[in-house]
Amino acid sequence: MTTVAGPTTAAAERPVFDDRAASRVRARRRRAAGSSVRTGIQAALIVIWCLLPAYWMLITGFRRSDTVYETTLLPTTPTFDNFIQAFNPARNQLGRALLNSFGIGVLVTVIALVVGVSAAYAIARLNFPGKGLIMGAVLGASMFPGVALLTPLFSLFTQLNWQGSYQSLIIPYIAGALPLTVWTLNSFFREMPWELEEAARIDGCTAAQAFRIVILPLAAPAVFTTAILAFIGSWNEYLLASVLSNTQTQTVTVAIGNFVGSQPREIPYATTMAAGSVVTIPLIILVLIFQRRIVAGLTAGGVKG
Amino acid sequence: MTTATPPAPPRPKDVTEAGRASLEANRRRITRTSYALLAPTIVVMAVIVGYPIVLSVINSFQADARLDPATGFFVTGGFTGLTNYAHWLLQQCSTPAGTAACAQGNLGASFWTATFNTFFFTVITVALETVIGLWMAIIMNRNFRFRGLLRAAVLVPWAIPTAVTAKLFLFIFATAGIINALLGIEVIWGADLWASRFAIIIADTWKTTPFMALLILAGLQLIPEDTYEAARMDGATTVQQFFRITLPLLRPALVVAVLFRTLDALRMYDLPAILTGGGGGRGDATTTLSILVVREIQNTAVNSAAALSTITFLIVFGVAFLFIRVLGANLTGGEKKSKKVAGVR
Repeated sequence: MTTVAGPTTAAAERPVFDDRAASRVRARRRRAAGSSVRTGIQAALIVIWCLLPAYWMLITGFRRSDTVYETTLLPTTPTFDNFIQAFNPARNQLGRALLNSFGIGVLVTVIALVVGVSAAYAIARLNFPGKGLIMGAVLGASMFPGVALLTPLFSLFTQLNWQGSYQSLIIPYIAGALPLTVWTLNSFFREMPWELEEAARIDGCTAAQAFRIVILPLAAPAVFTTAILAFIGSWNEYLLASVLSNTQTQTVTVAIGNFVGSQPREIPYATTMAAGSVVTIPLIILVLIFQRRIVAGLTAGGVKG
Repeated sequence: MTTATPPAPPRPKDVTEAGRASLEANRRRITRTSYALLAPTIVVMAVIVGYPIVLSVINSFQADARLDPATGFFVTGGFTGLTNYAHWLLQQCSTPAGTAACAQGNLGASFWTATFNTFFFTVITVALETVIGLWMAIIMNRNFRFRGLLRAAVLVPWAIPTAVTAKLFLFIFATAGIINALLGIEVIWGADLWASRFAIIIADTWKTTPFMALLILAGLQLIPEDTYEAARMDGATTVQQFFRITLPLLRPALVVAVLFRTLDALRMYDLPAILTGGGGGRGDATTTLSILVVREIQNTAVNSAAALSTITFLIVFGVAFLFIRVLGANLTGGEKKSKKVAGVR
């Protein structure tokens, strides 16, 4: 796991030829070629490490359940049956769970953004007493352990007879997405060209108009990135959903956690892997399309915060 | 929504009484606007997080529904002081004769194992993820032809839901699965004490290292290239560059990344809950504190679970506090070192 180019560099710096400059250039080129090969090998290792398990999941979905343990890189007898089985409503509620996860994710994302945008604007743009405290509270809330919230919510929702209802998932998910939304938007907002807003104000816009007409269109990419991150967070949540949902309202993560096969007592690996691919592939496509923005959003809070 | 322009810095010479008053009014108006904008967020967080937490702490001092040994009837509620906390911290279970040590198999008896597991997983996975993540970040920061492919590939493990990752590694670590087949061994990963723990660690490291690498990469990109240029001119080797430039200048980003990951790992639930069901060894080798809370809720001992989740919250809070204190001190140390680096230039 070494990251260094090797001990040869110091020796190469001391040329013994007359034409020192030329030999130095040659040495540097040789070194560059050597290190680019090493970089390529290491990069290939990382790509394999990241993709191989994911590939194994995808390809296992196409294996027959009686040959699911074969170790060939491609299925010897490929089948599409697992994907059909995964959606078989008699056994698994994957279709319904996909709809649930999608609906809950969209609602949570929209609400968290509507509430969070104004807070992020205030933190990024305005100076007011207690700002540090508010930022600390936002960061603290995003680090909050989910179980500490699970127990009281379980009691509360039992009293309200909300067990297994959609709101029993949506409400805590908003609380989970909101601090992250505010934090990410805040770090994006800080880099916005606010002179444009001031120019709009001078031209006679009110503050609200200046925000809506000038800033919001410019902030759209940041808002969109934050929305993707909030949606993925909601889509991937398992702890709260596993306790607070029932078979009607369960999300994809719970559905996959409880997957059952065609035979009782058998662990349906092939079907589960097929379902796992179905659940993951939309996310991966989304992530690859918006790669740059997502990386910026993920790391925005971490480095500058 | 009133004005959003921050007040201009006052110039003592020009400011008249009226001017000072208008500045003061302006500042008050901005404060009012700010809190009006923050109000929805504050209200939502107070209702959804604040209120339940307070309720949870109150409930943790209440007794759960239980069979009263004297009357033979079910009784509910009632103040019980620290009984719920003693159940976890001291493994005391209530019996008809009073309190006694919890029997093996009772959830209370698993508390210290779960605490150990949680910290063990946290320390090992965060250490592995930091080292491997640093290596990945350094490679990703280099210029080469397939850099785009590399950066796309590392996002794949991050994008897979943890619940799906757990199922995937359940299959990979199955007794007839690919790991045993490739290594030619017959380990029952789900049942063995240490094998089950390492299955969790391997799965978590695979899933989360890319996130760590991206955080570290963002830190690496803040280090100016001419720092390395200057060091190379002065004849610094690659090893020296790494230890004298990269690590000291990376320290602030590294501390933040490790803090984020540590607090995240302390609440680990999805992976062990699905991959091993918290089992292995004598049945609790991979039980984390979060799994223990969920099991206690499923036992319908909600108030006892409230005590455990309060303990968990205090542990996470304590670790975060320690981290900021200890590594905050290190942070200033890091700044001193970076001054030395500037001297090299």
